[in-house]
Amino acid sequence: MAYRDQELETLAASVVDAARKAGANIAESIARKGSHLSAKVRLGEPELVEEAGSRSLGLRVMLGQQVAVTYTSDFSEAGRARLVEDAIELAKLAEPDPFAGVPDASLLSKSEDWKVLDTYDEAMDRLEAGEAIRRAVSGESAALGADERITNSEGATFTRASGSSALVTSGGFAGSARGTYASLVVNPVADDSDGKKRSGYHWTATRHLAELENEEEVGREAAKRTLRKLGAEKIPSAEMPVVFDPDAARSIIGLIAGCVSGGAIWRKSSYLVDRVGTEVASSLVNIVDDPLLDKAPGSRAFDGEGLLSRRNVVIDGGVLKTYLLDSYSARKLNLESTASASRGSSGGVGCSTSNFVLSPGTMSPDELLADTGSGLYVTSMMGYGFNGVTGDFSRGASGFLIENGKLTKPVSEVTISLNLDDLFKRIDAIANDLNMRTATASPTFRVRAMTVAGS
Amino acid sequence: MSRYSAPFAEGGPSAIDQAIAQKLLSIALERGGDYADLFFEYSASASYSYDEGILKSAGRYVTMGLGVRVRNGDATGYAYVEDFDEASMTRAARTAAQIASSGAANVQPFRAGELPARYEVPNLSMDVDGPQKRELLKRADLAARAEDSRIVKVSASLSEEIREILIATSTGNFARDRQPLIRFGVSAIAEVDGKRQRGSSGGGGRFGLEYFGFEGKTPEDHAKEAVRQAIVMLDAREAPAGEMEVVLAPGDSGILLHEAVGHGLEADFNRKKTSNYTDRIGQSVASELCTVVDDATDTGSRGSINVDDEGLIPTRATLIENGILRGYMQDQQSSEFFGVTPTGNGRRESFRSHPMPRMTNTLLLPGEDAPEDILKSVKRGVYAKKFGGGQVDISNGDFVFSLTEGYLIEDGKITAPLKGVNLIGNGPDVMGKVCMLGSDMETSDGIWTCGKDGQSVPVGVGCPTVKISAVTVGGTQVG
Repeated sequence: MAYRDQELETLAASVVDAARKAGANIAESIARKGSHLSAKVRLGEPELVEEAGSRSLGLRVMLGQQVAVTYTSDFSEAGRARLVEDAIELAKLAEPDPFAGVPDASLLSKSEDWKVLDTYDEAMDRLEAGEAIRRAVSGESAALGADERITNSEGATFTRASGSSALVTSGGFAGSARGTYASLVVNPVADDSDGKKRSGYHWTATRHLAELENEEEVGREAAKRTLRKLGAEKIPSAEMPVVFDPDAARSIIGLIAGCVSGGAIWRKSSYLVDRVGTEVASSLVNIVDDPLLDKAPGSRAFDGEGLLSRRNVVIDGGVLKTYLLDSYSARKLNLESTASASRGSSGGVGCSTSNFVLSPGTMSPDELLADTGSGLYVTSMMGYGFNGVTGDFSRGASGFLIENGKLTKPVSEVTISLNLDDLFKRIDAIANDLNMRTATASPTFRVRAMTVAGS
Repeated sequence: MSRYSAPFAEGGPSAIDQAIAQKLLSIALERGGDYADLFFEYSASASYSYDEGILKSAGRYVTMGLGVRVRNGDATGYAYVEDFDEASMTRAARTAAQIASSGAANVQPFRAGELPARYEVPNLSMDVDGPQKRELLKRADLAARAEDSRIVKVSASLSEEIREILIATSTGNFARDRQPLIRFGVSAIAEVDGKRQRGSSGGGGRFGLEYFGFEGKTPEDHAKEAVRQAIVMLDAREAPAGEMEVVLAPGDSGILLHEAVGHGLEADFNRKKTSNYTDRIGQSVASELCTVVDDATDTGSRGSINVDDEGLIPTRATLIENGILRGYMQDQQSSEFFGVTPTGNGRRESFRSHPMPRMTNTLLLPGEDAPEDILKSVKRGVYAKKFGGGQVDISNGDFVFSLTEGYLIEDGKITAPLKGVNLIGNGPDVMGKVCMLGSDMETSDGIWTCGKDGQSVPVGVGCPTVKISAVTVGGTQVG
């Protein structure tokens, strides 16, 4: 049975009614509430324990083709009245947008069609501050105890959060969703021989408490990731194969996600404009945006406009199959919505990904490294060196040298550069180590050759 | 009287006076603890986006709440609520109080105090009728389109905010402030033969709409600048890769300083000994040309504040003087640890977050070189004109910056525009390599937002023309 939050749906419906009475011909409201608890410990002692609840009301109205959005955390009668008045005032100020509108009522999903996605864990809200502190302490002490070269800590943080939301539109849609999330991050610091400090981390996050990785394992892995950075140096500038570990790979996948978004396409701010049906990556590359995965972080039964969620194959064998579209960008581009609308707390609607994933290959990461021979293995990237309009990509990177098929010397302070279009076309190996702790996810992959700038 | 006023303001529907604040602080410390504070916040903001020749969408947003913090040794309890009724506020105080478990601690009586006036805005942008703002955006749109026929997309945006805060602390601070902020931006995309480039320009600060009357700050000025950048970048060539001399343009390049040394000088990292600058006060940490200050007093600047989010008045803190590390940016907690006067750098994103030492306006003070002499001294290098953004690893000062506009310098002259340029290096290392410093000090036109631990706050940066003897440039052309 689909989850319904009657209280939030009633609240959102009352805002929609008020906006309609005030003259809006279209009104859509999203009501949210959530709570969270987080405990940060450092060197075995609690440093910050935070507990709170929050809520918000968002409204989007249209007066004819004129659009405005409002948002408030003030649920009082006066606050809600202000929400509606402001929206009407701003819609009058906006100018008619011929493409403004909502999906046809016949396309709106019904509760009986919503897939149950198991994104909510009832046990979550029962976890109290003492247990949160215990888990964080346990993770941190495992890291501190792992090796004597771990000399300090940025701390360990355990967080649990839960939230629910309801969307009601004057077009006839009403639905709710809820989810929970728990995470533990451990962040130890080691002293390097050159006086530099090296900070590293590891983390686990899931929608169900019972599925979190064991705290001590997270701590030990964090220590391992910190220690292996010791002695990191620049390497001479050269062109070489570059292997991205899943964290770094995920960030590359996130870049192409932005470039297939319908908003970027009609704004012409993506290098993938006019590229549907053409080769945009090597034939090994398959990317799927799938909101219907059980327990995944980006799952949702319906999109931000009430359309039934569906699995979209974005890149199939290297060929771009579709952009991800909400109804507005679909109208702008004379295409159909892919049910990729998201509605922010502030009521605005845009295109977004759900679980955006590079499909895994069959090699293990070790086999991929062995196959690489020599190159650079990237574990983290820094900076914002990406221009979506041109695809130019250049970011700071750190990781390891690959020599004789194995990770050897740690490397830092280098930059890696290549236009994203070429980067995806040069992917020549993909490993099988996909982990769905994030909504945008990728296994390890290799780019045949990239410019690495160092000393 | 502004249409936007906090319910907790004097005369408001949920007015908070000193008696109520004292009572809540007593509840917060009823289980003990060394310190407690209350942070009331009301934020009203709006955004207007002009796209494809029309004001396509407008939005207005209200958030408000109370954050209660209790500190017991190094441990902090934090809770917030979004209602100002007695039951909700008491609940927040009791939740935060859970961090302590001894006898009740004392709350000091509030001291009388005056705040400085670093951003008096007679007419809040939020209170100005919408059509005037729509007109400003339209002017930018028209100017950008008229400037060059190769421009295919223009968008312009205006955001505005009034943030009203009330801080009460168990150490006797009680302060109210109203902090206005505006930010204007224009983005233009140029296209020739299927090749596209984007240019942008923006600015603002703690002003009302009088900002657009300042020299060089009209909507047309920003539009022309965005177009100029997009057109220039159409001809950009691949950037060189490797270590070379770099000259930073004055003003926005201060972001490099903000990332490369600023964060490492925030006292919390030094208290925890996780910064590269830990235990280095009195030592040389930069070339002797370098004097760095954090200055919250600059009138109207985006990073300026009359009072920090812990009720303390920030001034101008000297961080590095002629290359010698003089001090850190402090919040209340770290100043107690170091036994120094707080510098008023305790800031937070909102009532939902606890304060940390944060920058306000971070400035590298000017030197004596003429900017043209600095360029002339470079045989082959990169001129960094506009920065996109940057990131730093606090633990060791490693940073990366991307340029949105950069040029090759050849034989002392600025030549070809470059694309995809990154500067990568280490903060303390680069500060030691500052070898010429211009006399042409500039501060940024309010566009920068700083992120730390997931909290964003508005900041300012500034510097003159700076020459650095060697920085790794991340481009695609090796050799």
